[in-house]
Amino acid sequence: MSWSADEMMTVAAARQLHAGATCFVGIGLPSTAANLARATHAQGLVLVYESGCIGAKPSRLPLSIGDGVLADNADAVVSVPEVFNYWLQPGRIDVGFLGAAQLDRFANINTTVIGDTYDRPSVRLPGAGGAPEIAASCGEVIVIVRQTKRTFVETLDFVTSVGFGSGAGDRERLGLRGSGPRMVITDLGILQPDPQTCELTLTHLHPGKAVDDARDATGWQLAVSANVSTTEPPTDHELATLRSLEATKSGTDS
Amino acid sequence: MAEPAKFSTLAEAVASLVHDGDVVALEGFTHLIPFAAGHEIIRQGRRDLTLVRMTPDLVYDQLIGAGCAAKLVFSWGGNPGVGSLHRFRDAVEHDWPRPLELEEHSHAGMANRYVAGASGLPFAMLRGYSGTDLPGRTPNIKPVTCPFTGEVLAAVPALQPDVTIIHAQRADAAGNVQMWGITGVQKEAVLAARRSLVTVEEIVETLTPVPGQVVLPTWAVTAIAVVPGGAHPSYAHGYSERDNDYYVAWDAISRDRDAFERWLQEKVLAPVGGDR
Repeated sequence: MSWSADEMMTVAAARQLHAGATCFVGIGLPSTAANLARATHAQGLVLVYESGCIGAKPSRLPLSIGDGVLADNADAVVSVPEVFNYWLQPGRIDVGFLGAAQLDRFANINTTVIGDTYDRPSVRLPGAGGAPEIAASCGEVIVIVRQTKRTFVETLDFVTSVGFGSGAGDRERLGLRGSGPRMVITDLGILQPDPQTCELTLTHLHPGKAVDDARDATGWQLAVSANVSTTEPPTDHELATLRSLEATKSGTDS
Repeated sequence: MAEPAKFSTLAEAVASLVHDGDVVALEGFTHLIPFAAGHEIIRQGRRDLTLVRMTPDLVYDQLIGAGCAAKLVFSWGGNPGVGSLHRFRDAVEHDWPRPLELEEHSHAGMANRYVAGASGLPFAMLRGYSGTDLPGRTPNIKPVTCPFTGEVLAAVPALQPDVTIIHAQRADAAGNVQMWGITGVQKEAVLAARRSLVTVEEIVETLTPVPGQVVLPTWAVTAIAVVPGGAHPSYAHGYSERDNDYYVAWDAISRDRDAFERWLQEKVLAPVGGDR
């Protein structure tokens, strides 16, 4: 089967989630990838949605984080204050799964405004939602985002959620308890923080993509690993499962 | 708070409880969003409202576009799974139909502001916002030091809306309110407010227990109005499904000022009973 770049990205993200882990899921690409993981290799993956659905087992892909299908078979449905205070804040969730509108070399995320001024932005984005505390408190964070020069920028217009701040040691200084972004998965490849500097480094390319594709889609001088691997292409089973999941979504994705 | 809940029509309840300039919270986290009440506020021409809501959703896009709001207190202003709230964006980016002041938080911050309001405390604290640009833009986020450990935490002031409006599945004849499914922050939002209005799908003789239910005793609620389908295009678990096609269709309606004005005229201002 042939596949699209978005499908490769979603499959690559799903592979990072393992049965037995608890995962705080944002809507859109993260939700699709988390549900793909649960439908393929990680049936015991515990999905937590900010609407208060803990252990959600949706029979079809939700359009929002509060579709009824998320509450139907959940292990528990709790209030919104409870999901943030009792479940996220103490560090009970293993993996936070986030998207981004802008991202910098230390995997800090902007989902608030694009433009020079906050008061008169060129694009007003939705804002923080659950992301700042997901990024702070989950054991680790995975970011899934399409890679372009508009998205991968030298300087964020607004810091909504913290990755590694301005570099190594910043999370500790800020009192952020989780270990931060483990991986940024894009439609071109995978970036991982350098163990010393925490700067995002290209470690994997998806089949058919070149280092220059990633460099051209990055607004800073992209660090590239000495040993860039090629991502395993999606299997027929992964693709078929993903497509059948997508077909269950009501409404249409933007 | 000690008076028994009063049953009234939606129009009467909005007229008596929602005033120009009020701080108004319509809560419901994707589920049980009180759309019909929002449309009634538009019909009655309320102005200069401070609208409070974690996820403004389509209902505040509509109120903002209709010119009801002077200020928005929120944490996530998008059309879930679809994209932007275009009336909200037009107000922020171009002051249309009027400037909109913003007070912006994270979900955890907003949820805790309601908890503090419901608890009668002046502020809430949380481990949050650290390292982000939000405290620099939102004066209502300040550091507080734990008197026991010395840890520095974020403090946010209590939310105390003049009126909170929610939608619930049902009430009994005495005015006790029952809701279930995703119950979000509605209990806290009602208890934090000076006045409250609950629209319900139906009135029943007695409330049969339901797993995961939240019950608000009659004396904690100011007014109840029976509005079947009052959450559409959101939903009422056990009564209706979320109308995801409506959320998708809203994108085109809300992108264009003229299309929005036509929608407002046809679906909210012209018909009695609103968009159902």
